[in-house]
Amino acid sequence: MMLESIKIKMQKFNTLKSIPAYLPIVNIDTDMIIPKQFLKTIKRTGLGKNLFFEMRYDDNGNEINNFVLNKNPFNKSKILIAGKNFGCGSSREHAPWALLDFGITCVISSSFADIFYSNCFKNGILPIILDDEKIKELSEYANRKEEISIDLSEEKIVYGNSKINFEIDPFKKKCLLEGLDDIALSLKKSEKIKTFENNLKIRKSWIFND
Amino acid sequence: MPNTLYDKIWNDHLVDQQDDGTALIFVDRHLVHEVTSPQAFEGLRNSNRTVRHPKLTLAVADHNVPTTDRSKGISDEESKIQVDTLESNCKEFGIQLFGMGDKRQGIVHIIGPEQGFTQPGTVIVCGDSHTATHGAFGSLAFGIGTSEVEHVLATQTLVQKKAKNFRVNVDGKLPLGVTSKDVILQIIGKIGTAGGTGCVIEYAGDLIRSLSVEQRMTICNMTIEGGARAGLIAPDEKIFKYLEGKPMSPKGEAWDKAIEYWKKLRTDDGAKFDKEINLKAEEILPMITWGTSPQDVITIDGKVPNPLNEKDEDRKNSLERSLNYMGLKPNMAAKDIKIDKVFIGSCTNGRIEDLREAAKILKDKKIAAHVHAMVVPGSGLVKEQAEQEGLDKIFVNSGFEWREPGCSMCLAMNADKLKPQERCASTSNRNFEGRQGRGGRTHLVSPGMAAAAAISGNLDDVRKYQN
Ligand code: SF4
Repeated sequence: MMLESIKIKMQKFNTLKSIPAYLPIVNIDTDMIIPKQFLKTIKRTGLGKNLFFEMRYDDNGNEINNFVLNKNPFNKSKILIAGKNFGCGSSREHAPWALLDFGITCVISSSFADIFYSNCFKNGILPIILDDEKIKELSEYANRKEEISIDLSEEKIVYGNSKINFEIDPFKKKCLLEGLDDIALSLKKSEKIKTFENNLKIRKSWIFND
Repeated sequence: MPNTLYDKIWNDHLVDQQDDGTALIFVDRHLVHEVTSPQAFEGLRNSNRTVRHPKLTLAVADHNVPTTDRSKGISDEESKIQVDTLESNCKEFGIQLFGMGDKRQGIVHIIGPEQGFTQPGTVIVCGDSHTATHGAFGSLAFGIGTSEVEHVLATQTLVQKKAKNFRVNVDGKLPLGVTSKDVILQIIGKIGTAGGTGCVIEYAGDLIRSLSVEQRMTICNMTIEGGARAGLIAPDEKIFKYLEGKPMSPKGEAWDKAIEYWKKLRTDDGAKFDKEINLKAEEILPMITWGTSPQDVITIDGKVPNPLNEKDEDRKNSLERSLNYMGLKPNMAAKDIKIDKVFIGSCTNGRIEDLREAAKILKDKKIAAHVHAMVVPGSGLVKEQAEQEGLDKIFVNSGFEWREPGCSMCLAMNADKLKPQERCASTSNRNFEGRQGRGGRTHLVSPGMAAAAAISGNLDDVRKYQN
């Protein structure tokens, strides 16, 4: 496939180095990541300050000091490590938008909810799945405030003297590495879509509501 | 090779298949609402793209609309901007919209079936996770993110990888007072909120077949709470009958051809499922959720769990966190949980049969003095039908408020919300922390159970009020 002419839409992801923030909660749902009062926006940006709103601020709107993302150096973390089934609940893309706006471009968990997982890739965020044991190991780096590095093209995480490999779908990886606009990619297949539609008109004419 | 229903729909929509398994599939029906679409339309505009098939797209404002008197419009400035933006986008791109004043307006997953926009064997998407509702018609229906909404608008296709096949069989007959809501809560309790991750669930078995079309929608609706991408049920005569004569259903010769095709939509004998579970309907009881995840279910005769009995450390922590948030004590009886509010509505239980079920319990009874209760019909047409049947009077006489249609307190994006620590028996689908308002406490129940709770003032057994 010719990818060179596809315009770049999102930030390319290649390597990333940061002290990870660790949020040891399972089933973090999209309502927790960004509650509904912030879904009234018609923009993609500006949601970072409300990321994890309920856990991050008290009733008077002041930062809750012992919440991890309010603490230095985690308030500058680009990597978030969290409990399993991260991003469950609604399809709101405001969840990855809020993470991105806060500065988090990589989330590590032992499992992700499907829609959230695919939403990440559309926004230049890398979701990494690791088993619980590895997560525990990495979380130590968060506790000790030490950096870890992520290398997407090599599919590895380097920390201290060790490294862990992770797996990622080759097509999704390519899109992230090159920041590709997947609508443009699909529109390259216009001919195939057209052929499908022509057949569909014959096979199931009622679909087109004509 | 024998195929599952999901396999068949998938294969029938393949536009392109890459070697790495990534596929481009055709989307027959696209539903759009105000919350997850503005950025998608903006994306189209920024890249000078158009909507490929405006006629395959239907839009409605539901999440943000007020459920009280609408004649003065929306007072919340941000909500108003979002609803107005949907309207101008639909105008600009030639998409049909049911606006706030339209009697066909309602929750996106209720109006699709009502209009006959939802049809068997189609791929239906919407920027909303409860799109699985439409799977009750034997369609492959699932929620997508806003970038994908933009992708569908521009290309009428979606980039996907095939999910696994998971079958849930429910056989037998439900005991009195037990509904499809209890069935799906039971299923989620059994498989957990991540139990269906990466799968499409087909619901099968003689109990499922015996359910009405609307009851099937309740089951498919909450599939996402079990983590699955989509849930579906093979279409049958009940579905065809439901769709016949609906405004957007095929007509005349096209109808006959459609029926012929729809009849073939079922899983072949011997088709392979990656996962399968079986439930006996007789063993299902009226359910409630006690915690902050839809998998936190117990029967109405049951007790709130005790974290001390948990060995798994993660699970124990999450139980403690939930109990604390919910303001409950370990081992407390479900029936001892006192409630402040009752909400009947949402895309899970906001249809006419749901309202009938609740009204049957409430007839000639008053709700407890300390309880504030409301009914929010799922659409303008549901509301109209209910009023024709006099259900609104039953609700109002018992002490309920009778509202205009919308999502309302299911997610509390409009003015309908719980105050901190207020406790609600709700027929919606999510009991997440803060879902119905900051600090609010949600117990998910069936419409009959919500009515029973309203009368008793605490969570209670609907069977008590059944003759
Ligand atoms: S009723 Fe609730 S779950 Fe259904 S679409 Fe509206 S907000 Fe979502």
